[in-house]
Amino acid sequence: MANEMNADRTGAIDIHDLHVWFGVGAARNMAVKGVNLTVDAGQSYGLVGESGSGKSTVLRAIAGLVESWDGTIAVGGETLKQRGRSKAFYKTVQMVFQDPYASLHPRHTVDRVLGETLQLHGFSDIDARIARLLDSVGLGGGFRFRYPHQLSGGQRQRVAIARALAPEPRILLLDEPTSALDVSVQAEILNLLSDLRSEMGLTYLMVSHDLGVVGHMCEQIAVMQQGEIVEELGVAEMRRLQANHPYTQHLLDSSLGAIR
Amino acid sequence: MTELPNPQPKPGWREWLLTDAPASRGQARAAAWYAGWLALRGNTLAMFGLLVLLFLILCALFAPLLASQDPFVQDLGARLLPPGSEGYIFGTDSLGRDIYSRLLYGARISLYIVALVALVAPLLGLIIGTIAGYAGGWVDVVLMRFTDIFLAFPRLILALAFVAALGAGIENAVLAISLTAWPPYARIARAETLTIRNSDYIHAIRLQGAGPVRIITRHVWPLCISSLVIRVTLDMAGIILTAAGLGFLGLGAQPPSPEWGAMVSEGRKYILDHWWVATIPGLAIFAISLAFNLLGDGLRDVLDPKESKS
Repeated sequence: MANEMNADRTGAIDIHDLHVWFGVGAARNMAVKGVNLTVDAGQSYGLVGESGSGKSTVLRAIAGLVESWDGTIAVGGETLKQRGRSKAFYKTVQMVFQDPYASLHPRHTVDRVLGETLQLHGFSDIDARIARLLDSVGLGGGFRFRYPHQLSGGQRQRVAIARALAPEPRILLLDEPTSALDVSVQAEILNLLSDLRSEMGLTYLMVSHDLGVVGHMCEQIAVMQQGEIVEELGVAEMRRLQANHPYTQHLLDSSLGAIR
Repeated sequence: MTELPNPQPKPGWREWLLTDAPASRGQARAAAWYAGWLALRGNTLAMFGLLVLLFLILCALFAPLLASQDPFVQDLGARLLPPGSEGYIFGTDSLGRDIYSRLLYGARISLYIVALVALVAPLLGLIIGTIAGYAGGWVDVVLMRFTDIFLAFPRLILALAFVAALGAGIENAVLAISLTAWPPYARIARAETLTIRNSDYIHAIRLQGAGPVRIITRHVWPLCISSLVIRVTLDMAGIILTAAGLGFLGLGAQPPSPEWGAMVSEGRKYILDHWWVATIPGLAIFAISLAFNLLGDGLRDVLDPKESKS
């Protein structure tokens, strides 16, 4: 299923037999064991699982933040190396991190965060672009020169999303982008992400432990347990509660239980 | 951090500085400095230290105006006069030179030494420590073992060896102190870097394609500098004492220059009968060391990013 190099795979992710480990020798711990995954261009794909199931590790391996992996990862039809990513890769793939309190430099203003990102990607009309980016994530110009400590959690996450959008990527890796926020803000951020995807035609690969969030955002879902994908299902099947694997059924039951 | 960064002269400058929504880069920076200044001003002891330091800096600047005598002129007829004698507030030393005037000119030398060491040593430590911490692997091992070798020597002995090799004099004393003072800064910078390098904001900038030089200088340094500034102000006392120690041993500033350590050294011979010759420069060393320590404590409260987490 993976590794087809079609011409129209510029916004797509293909992962084949991915193994990721931490530590060496006897302390070596397999975090991801043989994951296969295909995300089509423009698709929104959800990875669900409890903490420690290896779902964030998959994202970090794609982004190049974890270098001890084996298997094949292809982004936009181009196979990635173990370490090091090209400039073109960073222009295609961007990531939004889980904790907006940790993902912004405490001594840099919003203006500096976005300005430096744009400068690194070689844009010249930086001032106009910063204003546009802030607009697109629903922050006015009044937030431009603030430091992170002058922003709320939701506002910080909007800045982090603006930073990820700055290089005009095709693919966004979302690592539990709402789990550190409170419920009302979660909905705002999820709606913003949905709107941005339909506006810009982005591909999302989203990690979450919350089936409700993934059901709202994603068309295709993979359930991970202990480093393996145990089941893959479409959102329609999920809404009909048609799961074959007992673990998926358990997840569905417990999230339904939370709603009732 | 010692003075207000040019607020606009219009009446509402306080509101302008305390705003939550700055309208320009300059305003955002000025507001951050002002918030730090307010925090420092709230710390009475730190302000006391700052005032003592400002007083000493003014003394050093205006030494020629404040001095009652030429600090180098000898008057053997008026040697070893006690404090309070006619024309000699703090008395005279064994060659009849006015201790008060020598103290004022000595402040220049002490502050000169402190300023040079405070520039060289932390910068060297910062560069070595952040490179070691960020690069990791064998670079880290090599740089840190090199640091350990310097740390294994007693500081004054190592400085003595350097001065002996380079020759006596203030500049060489500064160089020797700097070369012996950097390892602790490298250690601190490396420890800070290790906690910073795996944080999400460093990952985020790596995902924008930033290289290691940009990450270290633009993203790691600003977060290390505050803890280094604190450490430097706390170490200032030690630096002055080392400089004074070198002067005392005759390897720092050379006579007749009025370096405080050298003045204590000269007074040593008369300490039983003429206590003031050694005591008064000793009190000056004590005052400047204490002022730096108090200021360092205050800066720690203001600058420590762990304290002001929000």
